[in-house]
Amino acid sequence: MAYGVAAGHDEHAHHPTGWRRWVNSTNHKDIGTMYIVLALIAALIGGIMSWMIRGELAQPGVTFIDNYQFYNVLVTAHGFIMVFFVVMPALIGGFGNWFVPLMIGAPDMAFPRMNNISLWLTTAGFVLLLIAAFVGAGPGTGWTVYPPLSSATFHPDAAVDFAILSLHVAGAGSILGAINFITTILNMRAPGMTLHRMPLFVWSILVTAFLLLLALPVLAGGLTMLLTDRNFGTTFFEVAGGGDPVLWQHLFWFFGHPEVYIIVLPAFGIISQIVSTFSRKPVFGYLGMAYAMVAIGFVGFIVWAHHMYTTGLGVDTRAYFTLATLIIAVPTGIKIFSWLATMWGGSIELKAPMLYAIGFIFLFVVGGVTGVALANAGIDFAMHDTYYVVAHFHYVMAIAAIFAMFGGYLYWIGKMSGKQYNEPLAKAQFWVFFVGVNVLFFPQHFLGLAGMPRRIPDYPDAFVGWNMVSSVGALITMIGTLMFFYLIWHTFRYGKTAEANPWGEGATTLEWTVPSPAPFHTHEQLPVIGPTGQPRAGSGAVSPAE
Amino acid sequence: MVTKRIIIGTLIGAVVAGLAAAGTAVAGEPQPWQMNLMPAQSPVMERVHEFHNLLLVIQVGIVLLVLGLLGYIIFRFNAKRNPVPSRTSHNTLLEVIWTAVPVVILVIIAIPGLRLLYFHDRAHEYDFTVKVTGHQWYWSYTYPDHGDFTFTSIMVPDDELQEGQPRLLAVDNPVVVPVGTNVQILVVSDDVIHAWAVPSLGVKVDATPGRVNERWLHVHEEGTYYGMCSELCGINHAFMPIQLEAVSPEAFEAWVEETREEWASRQNAPGVRVAAGDGGADVR
Ligand SMILES: [Cu+2]
Repeated sequence: MAYGVAAGHDEHAHHPTGWRRWVNSTNHKDIGTMYIVLALIAALIGGIMSWMIRGELAQPGVTFIDNYQFYNVLVTAHGFIMVFFVVMPALIGGFGNWFVPLMIGAPDMAFPRMNNISLWLTTAGFVLLLIAAFVGAGPGTGWTVYPPLSSATFHPDAAVDFAILSLHVAGAGSILGAINFITTILNMRAPGMTLHRMPLFVWSILVTAFLLLLALPVLAGGLTMLLTDRNFGTTFFEVAGGGDPVLWQHLFWFFGHPEVYIIVLPAFGIISQIVSTFSRKPVFGYLGMAYAMVAIGFVGFIVWAHHMYTTGLGVDTRAYFTLATLIIAVPTGIKIFSWLATMWGGSIELKAPMLYAIGFIFLFVVGGVTGVALANAGIDFAMHDTYYVVAHFHYVMAIAAIFAMFGGYLYWIGKMSGKQYNEPLAKAQFWVFFVGVNVLFFPQHFLGLAGMPRRIPDYPDAFVGWNMVSSVGALITMIGTLMFFYLIWHTFRYGKTAEANPWGEGATTLEWTVPSPAPFHTHEQLPVIGPTGQPRAGSGAVSPAE
Repeated sequence: MVTKRIIIGTLIGAVVAGLAAAGTAVAGEPQPWQMNLMPAQSPVMERVHEFHNLLLVIQVGIVLLVLGLLGYIIFRFNAKRNPVPSRTSHNTLLEVIWTAVPVVILVIIAIPGLRLLYFHDRAHEYDFTVKVTGHQWYWSYTYPDHGDFTFTSIMVPDDELQEGQPRLLAVDNPVVVPVGTNVQILVVSDDVIHAWAVPSLGVKVDATPGRVNERWLHVHEEGTYYGMCSELCGINHAFMPIQLEAVSPEAFEAWVEETREEWASRQNAPGVRVAAGDGGADVR
């Protein structure tokens, strides 16, 4: 029934059809969908790269990659693609675009045409990055692009220039997107939707947008300096001309550390929505949760040099960065315990999105406690640049973000497509994926403690055992990933028609008050939000469903 | 099924090997199925172990606490057992506790952490200096206090390995230091950034062009200690290991004499650098 209403509503919508609907789109839902499609394509490519890496590392010696520059290119591209073209487009561009306007009761984003530019700049960045991999020997610098390895002397062909351009373009897209989100959230909330009534997902996107706005220009500045060093004879990072390669590291990590939170904050937001919905309880300690994200975002800007403990920073500097970094454990602890308290006393339904949320909490805690070790300059050097770090950041941010992506996708797919996913299939997919990533990444802690460096295509024979286990984990993860793609296809092919609110009374945010799939235009009459955060009866949002 | 059997087999193997490794004193070489840090062979690494043991207790404790809570909550508050959810969304005391307790735990971590940081920062008194230079893709070592001689240290290719030389760790000319001596290590680079690391001795420091980084070494026991380059430095990043021999002071003096003479004639000789090769796989 809801579907019929939506279709009827669509007839009234004046929008282009065919390819123009998508390419020229100014509609936040269509743009969100395209971001998600981009993320899925990029995830497949980035995933294939990671399986090639684990395939090569499954046994010592040359397994099948005998060109080590190509191996380094794989490592580099995997990092770039997963960070910039999978997690960011999916969580911010995809779910952010779809659900921020729906959740705050706005008809669309503040700057719909700029929204379109953001999407296509991001897509262009992705294409440039793929081109980079095929130019000359490819960029084999790692995603950190440290000079002098990334300088014209050691990477003479244009591959690194293409990678720089890719990040410039994608970064510009993200900055525009951030401005759009900030403006939308600050100015276009429905009457009664005060900042302190906003769903936590909207809070997470707001904080993330500020991080993007402040961090990306610093990356852009560093990239421009690297570009002119490479092509126009400047020497910002060249020792011979009075420059310093460590300056790059400061600039990169001043961006790079907030980037970690840019990835994980939207995940926090999604997990908060899911945990509350499936516990049928409001979020515990809402204000603490919102301001914990603000605190994490703020502290995220003053801890960057904890990535640089072995560069020769002064010992007092390292002591400061140790203390500042440890402080982050406090707001993240508040988040974890508040999620647990939200579930406490709840009436918990273990639907697939909830499984992913609980899985996220577990992964985030495991990755968090290794982060507490790495925060200490006193011991970090023992793990720095080893697989311990690889295990840490995959747990705390990479796989955790993927869990939020999968969980968010399952949570909202009914609203986005009008079709509900198959619950048993999704649960099976969760368990395969959960087992896979843990078998994949947990043994890497052991490898790192034993001293196995990152970014190596071959390793001493003592490291064989855990590497083999890790690669078996990668195989299981691959099966889980393919199951997810099958699940997507299955949903569109066989999915049951989704109700406006498939989750019951626990789902209290505004997107569940509009039909599924959400009509092309929503909140054309603004809902009026009451003190509970719910729209008042008879106000805009509820009317189409009636 | 086969996969399952492999996993179970490897897990059993891991536990057995882990126990075995814990029982015997192992020198500075990683062991199969090793699950923890390298055994400590220097004052710095001993303190790293102590601190890591403290961290491990806290880490495992927190993970188990959260897992236990999750398990209990899922069991006790699932929809079947608890059909009517509570509406509790605030508890000021609880929120203060879970903010304050982590602060206390962080203080417990920070104090020994900072002490360790200042301990390993630099040697206040050292007996002599070894200068380490990173190159694509080998290390060279200079002994400025012993006649300023320099030699290169290049990985032994697979087909030239001698009995007992571990693959990808053994080099042609190891760096040698006497046991029981404080050695100042100065680390520089000739080209890109590398990192000089010997895990069992608690040393890892970047070799950055334009900078001299300082660390110190003190090896307790004679033996061979291995490490690998720990900053991505190009195609052969995996193939520029560190092999350090700790010997008696007498043997060290003898080694210095021999090596100084041998390398005096080869000093600055062209062709030394190409030994590491620049072709990718052929180095192996
Ligand atoms: Cu190196």
